[in-house]
Amino acid sequence: MTKKTLLEEKLKVINMGIETFASALKNQGVSVIIVDWKPPAGGDKEMLKLLEKLGV
Amino acid sequence: MPSLVVVKKGMFRDSITLMKLSKQISEQKNVKQAAIVMATSLNKRYLEDIGFRDDDLKKAGPNDLVIAAEAISEESLNAALQEVERLLSTQAAIEAKESRPSTLEDALEIMPDANLVVISVPGEFAKREAMKALKRGLNVFLFSSNVSIEEEIELKKFAWERQLLVMGPDCGTAFINNVVLGFGNVVNRGEVGIVSASGTGLQQVSTLIHNAGFGVSHAIGTGSNDLAEKVGGLMMKRGIQLLEEDEETRVVALISKPPSASIARKILKIAESSSKPTVINFLGAKFESKGKKWYGTSTLEDAAEAVCAILRNKKPRSIIFTKSKEEVTSTASSEFTHFSDNQKYIRGIFSGGTLCYEAMIVLSPLLGAIHSNVSIETKMKLENVNKSVEHTFIDMGSEEFTVGRAHPMIDFTLTKMRILQETRDPEVAVILIDIVLGYGAHSDPADEIIPVIIKAKSLAKESGRYLSFVASVVGTEKDPQNAIEQCIRLQKAGVIVMPSNAQAARMAALIATRNKIIKQLFKEKLR
Repeated sequence: MTKKTLLEEKLKVINMGIETFASALKNQGVSVIIVDWKPPAGGDKEMLKLLEKLGV
Repeated sequence: MPSLVVVKKGMFRDSITLMKLSKQISEQKNVKQAAIVMATSLNKRYLEDIGFRDDDLKKAGPNDLVIAAEAISEESLNAALQEVERLLSTQAAIEAKESRPSTLEDALEIMPDANLVVISVPGEFAKREAMKALKRGLNVFLFSSNVSIEEEIELKKFAWERQLLVMGPDCGTAFINNVVLGFGNVVNRGEVGIVSASGTGLQQVSTLIHNAGFGVSHAIGTGSNDLAEKVGGLMMKRGIQLLEEDEETRVVALISKPPSASIARKILKIAESSSKPTVINFLGAKFESKGKKWYGTSTLEDAAEAVCAILRNKKPRSIIFTKSKEEVTSTASSEFTHFSDNQKYIRGIFSGGTLCYEAMIVLSPLLGAIHSNVSIETKMKLENVNKSVEHTFIDMGSEEFTVGRAHPMIDFTLTKMRILQETRDPEVAVILIDIVLGYGAHSDPADEIIPVIIKAKSLAKESGRYLSFVASVVGTEKDPQNAIEQCIRLQKAGVIVMPSNAQAARMAALIATRNKIIKQLFKEKLR
């Protein structure tokens, strides 16, 4: 059996970033998990490049 | 008056949270003005414009949070600062109490059957998060802009090979299985499937379909760059495939600004072989659709009209105005009769990029080229985006107005400032605006914009002029803001409200030219 496409499934969402989007989804009865997102490596670009290299 | 600027190094809050916080503090007793923002260069300039100059502010960067406030006394100022600190720490406490996961991996442990990740983090970090999601087999709705085209290609190729969707980057809206994602309107469920590379284009088409009594099965956003040569229309192709397989969808609409020629050919070829009738609107691009299975349209409204005509088994027609020629010229006359002699220009102030673009496409043949920050022609690109000349249409959602700020559909601060700025130009006759409703948008745009319209009209009157306002409202009566109520309130404030963006643009031109373009307009219809 082929995997169901997104259009055939009930949406189950992980939200990362603007919280209003998550609240709007909750208001529509969608299950949402909110990730408490912060810039990785405190936004340090050099450190970020290193993390990417390490696959983190 | 005492003021302060406090920089919180390395503290991050999203732009909407900060906008709400700024509003809360500004409304405090004895506070003259307050702004709590991330220190991006746009926000630093804005703070300087409203009178905050400070060395720490100059040194602050986009990962630092700035609190700027002005109050009638030192005491009130300290009270305001304390309140900001309290609200910032309360929010942190709520987040801690909810024990939110801090990574995608942790979130998946709580919701292992998640099928979509909505990402709206700053652009420079977005690809990293999106790729993590795709590697976990999840579809992605990527609202973030400022993601490089190379990163977009990498994400989309990866998704294409795994039959996943990447809606974005820079994707404003989608409607999947009756759920609105991002900025989007509440429309009836129905038989029209949409794939769109334009967020507000999708909103305009879906709301017009709803208002005509039909509905939408699914609307898939692709992000604005999807049909660029390098990206290859991968997500539009994937979207068409999904709608082809979807039993509920009877008619398909494809929407975009003009794609590259080779990508357009590919998409048209797919449309030709589709089992479902397809309506295409590649704004500004003309394709001969005679004898083809697909139907090409020139405006977003015509695309919606064509879809509805197909569902009614009728021949699609092009709309100039919904009302009669006599009615529209009479409306225009009742406005321009109050103008002083040298009032002749239109200033378009848009929150929807595609709506701005469409208005220029509609009016350029009638008024000549239009100046803009997102101009179709390079020579008409504004030298200084903060200064309009002749006919100027501004996309306030464009990067130069939004880095580190909430989108103008949510935060009206810069739009309101721009309206008052245009009001001071004695040659301005009409201000043309779009009001976009739906989830994600401001909870009551009329409440924000009407006081400024009243003020602008009265400023014009004081200088012996009359300023005309023309608007279109993109929304439905089911939207949280209720489009009908919003329209009525705008009309009561003296705004001419038109049923679509294209009609609003034509009405603005009728008024500004004192009905001189009427023949050209209706000749266009006969052609």
